[in-house]
Amino acid sequence: MFNPQLDNAGRLRHLLSIDGLPRALILHILDTAAGFAGLVDPRREVKKLPLLRGRTVFNLFFENSTRTRTTFEIAAARLSADVINLNVSVSSTNKGESLLDTIDNLSAMHADIFVVRHAQSGAPYLIAKHLDRTPGSNIHVVNAGDGRHAHPTQGLLDAYTIRHYKKDFTQIRVAIVGDVLHSRVARSAIHALTTLGVPEVRVIGPRTLLPTGLEQMGVSVFTDMKKGLAGVDVVMMLRLQNERMNGALLPSAGEYFKSYGLTAEKLALAAPDAIVMHPGPMNRGVEIESSVADGSQSVILPQVTFGIAVRMAVMSILAGS
Amino acid sequence: MTRAAPDGEALYATLRDAIAAHVANHRSLRLVGIHSGGAWIAARLQRDLGLEGDAGLLDISFYRDDFNRIGLHGQVKPTEIDFTVAGAEILLVDDVLYTGRTLRGALNVLFDFGRPARVDLAVLIDRQTPDGDARELPIAARWAGARLVLDRASEFVLSEKDGRFDVAIAASIRTGA
Amino acid sequence: MRVAIRNARVIDPASRLDAPRDLFIGAGRIVAISAPGDDRAATDFNANRTIDARGLVVCPGLVDLSVRLREPGSEHRATLESEIDAALAGGVTSLVCPPDTDPPLDEPGLVEMLKHRARTMSRSHVHPLGALTMGLGGVALTEMSELHEAGCIGFSQANVPIADTQVVLRALQYAQTFGFSVWWRPQDAYLGRGGVAASGPVAARLGLPSVPATNETVALHTIFELMRSFGREGARSVAPHVHLCRISSAAGLDLIRAAKAEGLPLTCDVGIHHVHLIDLDIGYFDAQCRLDPPLRSQRDRAAIRAALVDGTIDAVCSDHTPVDDDAKLLPFGEAEAGASGVELLLPLVVKWAEEAEVSLVDALAHVTHRAAGIVAGATASIPTGRLDVGGAADLCLFAPDERWTVVPERLRSQGKNSPFLGLEMKGRVRMTLVGGSVVHEVRD
Repeated sequence: MFNPQLDNAGRLRHLLSIDGLPRALILHILDTAAGFAGLVDPRREVKKLPLLRGRTVFNLFFENSTRTRTTFEIAAARLSADVINLNVSVSSTNKGESLLDTIDNLSAMHADIFVVRHAQSGAPYLIAKHLDRTPGSNIHVVNAGDGRHAHPTQGLLDAYTIRHYKKDFTQIRVAIVGDVLHSRVARSAIHALTTLGVPEVRVIGPRTLLPTGLEQMGVSVFTDMKKGLAGVDVVMMLRLQNERMNGALLPSAGEYFKSYGLTAEKLALAAPDAIVMHPGPMNRGVEIESSVADGSQSVILPQVTFGIAVRMAVMSILAGS
Repeated sequence: MTRAAPDGEALYATLRDAIAAHVANHRSLRLVGIHSGGAWIAARLQRDLGLEGDAGLLDISFYRDDFNRIGLHGQVKPTEIDFTVAGAEILLVDDVLYTGRTLRGALNVLFDFGRPARVDLAVLIDRQTPDGDARELPIAARWAGARLVLDRASEFVLSEKDGRFDVAIAASIRTGA
Repeated sequence: MRVAIRNARVIDPASRLDAPRDLFIGAGRIVAISAPGDDRAATDFNANRTIDARGLVVCPGLVDLSVRLREPGSEHRATLESEIDAALAGGVTSLVCPPDTDPPLDEPGLVEMLKHRARTMSRSHVHPLGALTMGLGGVALTEMSELHEAGCIGFSQANVPIADTQVVLRALQYAQTFGFSVWWRPQDAYLGRGGVAASGPVAARLGLPSVPATNETVALHTIFELMRSFGREGARSVAPHVHLCRISSAAGLDLIRAAKAEGLPLTCDVGIHHVHLIDLDIGYFDAQCRLDPPLRSQRDRAAIRAALVDGTIDAVCSDHTPVDDDAKLLPFGEAEAGASGVELLLPLVVKWAEEAEVSLVDALAHVTHRAAGIVAGATASIPTGRLDVGGAADLCLFAPDERWTVVPERLRSQGKNSPFLGLEMKGRVRMTLVGGSVVHEVRD
């Protein structure tokens, strides 16, 4: 069955979505990331590996993001790759150039990897398909977030984080809380966790922020956060975008926090050693209380470190194929 | 060209005895074993020669020179070096020295940690081929358990069981590195 | 010109005829349909041209209730000619074009020009729908009477919803005054606004803004209730004929079935793509499946197929919408909606008939006389979609078992945007006649 992310030999050619990646491949990426974790050893003078020396990574961010772009930059730099940042949102598309024309122009500059973030779901698929059809092109596409659809490196780093603290995917319950409707982080996490064998993935949010047909992704849906958190081992909080509040989706941040914000009190309903995750940046007091964000169960900062190792793993695997 | 496999324990004993005097005279020497075979040998030498602490471990997966051709190769094992490499005297330990590329990778790893004062090499088997052209880089072992000749179609495989080393000869699966 | 068509399998859904026949045409009309093999009658007829239709089906020229000609708006690309060519290649001899041209068909002058241009090509019959409101803006009514005189057979908003229900009611009242038909795509102005795919597991998984079925059902409830309000005003007051366009949901069809049973003056159509494709066909964000209304679920498709058989749906159309390649080579949500389909209408009807085990006689009814029955109005050359002795010789001759692959070079339309690109079709139009003249012929 054709899978646009894999080549004929089943190796990863593009990373577009966790949906459709075989379990063995996901585990391979996590294992490879583990190998990179030791890079920040203080005894190393050169905190870099020569793996991607001479390769070029273009960061094509059609949608702005300093955080994600920076972590990809660091990951590429740690592999000794050359990184070029293209904030396409402010340049060519404003002049009316089509997405594929921009891609053609950039491929003529000979890069090895395009890291793409775009506001439209599916944009990286269009780009990958176009590049694969372009003769002589061997450019790999990494999806750094497309619309509401997917954020595969985030899903992978979330899986890595959970494996780091909980070891066995098949023995845990995970709850994802927040604006699932608009969240590519949620979708990628759901695919990763269900593929890796997590027996219970729960999604918690107000009805207005839950898409119809969510159950078919293999999750159980809760609108009552207290019920949803009962006994879970991992709590993944999602970011609530400011545009969603004060509108027809949610009346106010205050009301949201009351029912769906993670407080110490609500966290106590989860397993005593439950970990708290958040993709960042956090809205303190909206989706999460400071005492929890900074508390002992929070693994939010390690997530960032793991994110660099995971992105290094993805780029190494792609560049080596 | 078939041959009987050498006695792993005998090779180890020869190597250990060969370096024992040097190690005794250089108390600041650090052993670093290259995964996997070199790591086993270095760990055992560390104990048998009465050295304090653990031998360093080194994985060259990210430093191989064939990444562009075959990508990331197999399982990555941890690199653990708990001493300061800059200014250190290091003895690299590996099971077989053949083309020398693994050793070049290992040197690159070490130099990314810092600039060592000196690096020597001890191997269980210093391998040569019938045509005399085994080495592809100018690398040499200062100590070896034995210098053995083996045809290119075969390879030495070290294994460890209950603390004892065994060397087997198998058909080569090399991709030509 | 006298034409004899011999040894044909003649299918006329209106009279439920499916039999071997010879057909004789003179002065643009069908002169006789007789039992085959009557060679003496044939010789007596003295045809200028005899067509051997062995192995071919001869049916009434197809009546397609929605074909976008992209004129006015794209004159520089000579699209009127190419799109009419495409229609004829698809065996379509009468077509209705929606008013969402650029500018919209809200002025009699524009309609007259369109009809004139189409007439000078003297081929397919073009029946324009006039805009229901000026600029399709949903505020001011158009001069429906003038537009009707210029040739409009009904009034429509195409795919543009009207938020102001007061305006909708006034439009219905005005149309009713003159006995005009309103062609209505039931679409709430707010529910699912900005959506590009049908609500459900596929949109959820692909992260696409979605359009719930309530977008259609709420609008249906509204229009039915407005229609009912006419009857409550008094026994003499009756709602205008409303033709519901491009129904997509099972829930919508249930409402229509009940409303028809209630006696409301309704007809409805579906797009042929919705008879075949579902949301899953979007696959990896294939923009060729970006359609309006969006492709819904397997359940909805099954309901559409059932409604075709039980008569709830009166007609099937292609909803032909040629789109430039550039407008499809965009991320799914930004791509222009629509599929080029007038040349595929016949083989797709044949495919449905085969899959649903429906006879060709019954299947073709939906693109011949039943579709024609919806095209109302007093102007000339309204199609009948029937093979009547004395009627216009608008015919489609097709090879029912001939297989062909949909490739851009094969399509006459300027729009190569089809979800069926690269796929094999069964059923090929070999010849089309309008008014007894051969206007399309495949020679190979």
